[in-house]
Parts: sequence; structure tokens; C-alpha cells
Amino acid sequence: MNQPVNPADIHKAIVEQQKIQDRKKLMVNGVLLLLLLAAPFVMYPVFLMKILCFALFAVAFNLLFGFTGLLSFGHAAFLATGGYTTGYLLSNFSGLTTEMGIIAGTAMATLLGLAFALLSIRRQGIYFAMVTLALAQLVFFFFVQSEFTGGEDGMHGIPRGELFGLINLEDNLNMYYFVLVVFIACYLLVQRIVGSPYGQILKAIKQNEPRAVSLGYNVDRYKILAFVISAALAGLAGSMKSVVFQLASLNDAHWHMSGEVILMTLVGGMGTLLGPVVGATFVVNIEYLLSQGPLRDWVDPILGGTFVLTVLAFRSGIVGEIQKFIKKNLG
Amino acid sequence: MSNPYILQTRGLVKTFRGFQAVDHVDLQIRQGDIHALIGPNGAGKTTVFNLLTKFLIPTRGQILYKGEDITSLKSAAIARRGVVRSFQISAVFPHMTALENIRVALQTFEGNSFSFWQSGARLNKLNERAMELLDAVGLTSFANTTTVELAYGRKRALELATTLAMEPEILLLDEPTQGMGSEDVDRVVELVRSAAKGRTVLMVEHNLSVVSKLCDRITVLAQGAVLTEGDYETVSADPRVREVYMGSDGSGERGATETNPASAEAAQ
Repeated sequence: MNQPVNPADIHKAIVEQQKIQDRKKLMVNGVLLLLLLAAPFVMYPVFLMKILCFALFAVAFNLLFGFTGLLSFGHAAFLATGGYTTGYLLSNFSGLTTEMGIIAGTAMATLLGLAFALLSIRRQGIYFAMVTLALAQLVFFFFVQSEFTGGEDGMHGIPRGELFGLINLEDNLNMYYFVLVVFIACYLLVQRIVGSPYGQILKAIKQNEPRAVSLGYNVDRYKILAFVISAALAGLAGSMKSVVFQLASLNDAHWHMSGEVILMTLVGGMGTLLGPVVGATFVVNIEYLLSQGPLRDWVDPILGGTFVLTVLAFRSGIVGEIQKFIKKNLG
Repeated sequence: MSNPYILQTRGLVKTFRGFQAVDHVDLQIRQGDIHALIGPNGAGKTTVFNLLTKFLIPTRGQILYKGEDITSLKSAAIARRGVVRSFQISAVFPHMTALENIRVALQTFEGNSFSFWQSGARLNKLNERAMELLDAVGLTSFANTTTVELAYGRKRALELATTLAMEPEILLLDEPTQGMGSEDVDRVVELVRSAAKGRTVLMVEHNLSVVSKLCDRITVLAQGAVLTEGDYETVSADPRVREVYMGSDGSGERGATETNPASAEAAQ
């Protein structure tokens, strides 16, 4: 309408731009991969694995919160279900190899996720969060009362066993690379989902749900799928965690854990791919560092303060703010 | 088909906790018409829209589309059959580019909207059609602009292009010129006119000069019920229409001057 422009030229420029962005993404991912491969030679592998497990948990949560716009306040239920299921199977059936236990744990969390989704998906906003919280409290109650979980004592001495019956996971370095492979696979999966045709619809639903409906999308189904994938990945994180620490405890099922994953995602940057990874790294490190020093009783208030500060002043989180800065000054 | 009406309602009723917002409305929208739904604020126009597209569930009554009862269908299913609506406040996806906005609509019929494992590059085959649609509403050079940065009038144009991407048989436009300056209004009138070629349009509109320029038929709603129906001359000459707009005691509704048929005629 303004100046004569050729649609084909504009289109070519857009596709070019997409390619450049893909290349940038590949570079960032490559650098991170190298760092993660080298990390266990500099830092304690178990600590790194803790970070990776929580990072995976946060990545799973962010798929639902950051990319679909659904705030679940019950994700601890999936973490714990994955952990307890895997722990129980590996402790009681010595014929199972480790990966089978992990797959079973993930499957249980997936099924639980489907049940949660069917019961909660029609609710919006705060009501959705409350329904998921209530359901997660039911699951918590179940784990407290059940004997197989060890109740307040937790489930101890879960054997790490051997991967595919071949690789000894008692060795921390082997275990670390196994966790790393799983983490990378899940991270790439989420990246793929976000960029996929399905991811476009999730974006549309998040930004304007009534409009998505009026364009012919049955939005509940898209949300249910996102919820189930998110629950599955959260369950996988729990399963991995129980193998790494050889422990599954009520901590993982407690609503504190559902809150912590929200904190990680917000601090790191919701709706960005790297945000939850950075957030999980940040929170796990802060907790560790503080617990070593004189401020050990102040962990919760300090994390709470960080949360308030993020929400008030840095709403895009660490990664989001950096992205904004780069866009403003370099792009 | 012998049925000249593409969309009909029979005895449509909606009550909210005892308040009858829509009261036995019988609408008949003729194929190919541009049909206006007018009436003072609170007359139930938007409620009727929401009922037709099932964003609200009718308390009683039937909705027929091409003679077929669609009362029990869900919103998404109705949209897929070709009854596509717009909203009072511009309905766009604000953090997507204009091109991506259109692609969301085109993707409805691709059958890959659940394919979470596929590369997003597969959607590039929709770009050509999307660019055509953007071109039709004069937004070619904004294809890669994030929608939130577009001016209001352009957002409405984008919304219309997105709606047209659904290849609707009947377009339901909820106040397409609301909140626009006169230049934008003229542009939207042209867009609606060209979009209406080969289609039926039902629009809620406050600006009566727009209605008089565009519409073949007008239904006036007041207090949830149909007051009268006819072409512009018939409706604007009806003393009851003036009365509901002005109020019989002369107190007048909010915005009555701009919506008053007499003043709209004077403006021409």
C-alpha cells in the first residue's frame, strides 16, 4: 500500500533471516556441549548431575509454563512418581537393567500426567494452578502413606546397576555421561517441539486463546498433549535423579518442589530454551554455596528475595534480559 | 440448494442468571448478503455473535447453517465448516510476525498441527499463500514485523486477512471499524467490500455511515429481541429505531450521537 514491494523479495529475506538464526542457535548449543563434556574433569560429577536433573525438570516445566502459558503448581508429583517408580523397580527386581527402570518411571509419570491433564485442562489461570496443586497433594499423601516409599525415611540404596547390562553406572563418570546424553536428547526434543508446526499452535494458544479457537483449533487437545509431554520429561528427570543419588524421598513430592521449579524457570527466563537450564544451575549453586557458609539457615529467605526481585525488576529472567540486551545493542 | 439462507436462527435465547440477554431471536442471513446487526449498547449484538460461534452456549433455540442444525457443534468445528468470526478488540497473535499470524490460520487445514516432531520449516510452503493474503490487505512490507508493533488499523487489516485465510463462507465481523480514525474506516470499508465478493458477511457495526455504504440488509436488536429488519431506507425511517437509539425521554445512550441514523445521514 505504501511503496511498491515485491512479496517474493520480502519472503526471501525472511527465510534468509531464519537460516541465520538457526546457525546462531547451533553455535550456542555447540559451545555449551563442549563445556558440559569437559565439566566433570573440573567439578564434582555428582553435583553436575544434580544440576542436570533439575535442569531437565525445569526444561519440562517450561514447555508447559513458558511455551503454552499453563502454570502447573503440581509438577513435583511427576518428579516424585518417576523417582519412586524407578527406585522401587530397580530395588526389587534385580533382573531389570537401569534403563528399563527409568523407562518404566517415565511411563508412570506420563500416565499420571494424562490423568492430571484431563481433570484440570478446562480450568484457566489460577484455577488451573489450584487444581494441579490439589491433585499433587493427593499424590503426596499417597506416597506418605504407602509402605514401599519408606514414608518419611525415603527409599534408600537404589542400585545404579548397569546400563543395557553393559556399562557400570556405579562409576560416576559413566553415570555423568549417561545423564548428559539423556539431558541433551530431551533439550533437543523440546527445542524441536517449540519450533515445530505443533509449537506454532501452542504459541498461538498462549498469545490469544479465543482467536485460536475461532481459527478452528480445539485448544484443549493441544494443551493436553503439552501437559503430557511436560509430565513425561519431569518424570524422566525424577527417574534419573533417583538413580544418580540412589535415593527417592518425599522432598521430591512436596509442594516446595513445585514452587522451586517455578523459581528456577522464572529466574532463568521463562519461554526461552536456555532459561530453565540457567535458572536450575543458579538455584542449585546458590543452595549449595549458602549451605556451606554461615548463611545456611537463610537459604529460603535469600531464594525468596531473588524470586521477588526477578518478578519485580527482571521479568524476563537472566537469559531473557541478556537476549533483550543483545537485541538492543548488537542487533 | 434451494435454501436461500446460509445462516438462520430459530427462537435463539440466552439467559444469564435470569437476565434474558437474547430473547427469541430469529435471524435469517441470505447467501451473498452483507448483513448488519445494529442496536444500542447492551442490545445483545455481541452475545448473538458469541452464540452463533458457540463461544456461549444457547439456553434455547436452534442455529442452522445451510439448512443443517449446527447448534450442538463446538466453536472449533464451526470455524472449520466456514463460519469464521473476528472480535471486537483486535484479535491477533501479538508476539508473532504478520506472516506467522496468517500461517496459523492456513495451518488449520494442513493436518500437521499436532506434529511436534516435525521441523517448523515444513510450514514454509504456506508462505506463498500467506504473502498473497498480506498483499491483499496492503501489509506486504510488514510481513516480518512483530504484530504488537503494528498500528491499530493495520492490526485490524491483519486480522481480516487471517480470517480470510480460513476461506470462510460466512464472515462474522464484530465492529470492524471500532476505535478507528476516518482514514482507516474508509480502508476497512473497502477491505470488507472486497472480502465480501463471493461470500456472506454478518457484521455488528456502530458506525451507521459504514452500514449504509456496505450493507444489503439490516437487523435492529433492542433489549435482546429483534426490533425490525430491512434495508437501510426502511430501517432508518422506522420511528421505533430512532426511539431506541435516542431513548423516548431523550436521555440518550452512550455514543448515541454517533450511532443515530439521522446524524449518520446528515454526515453523508
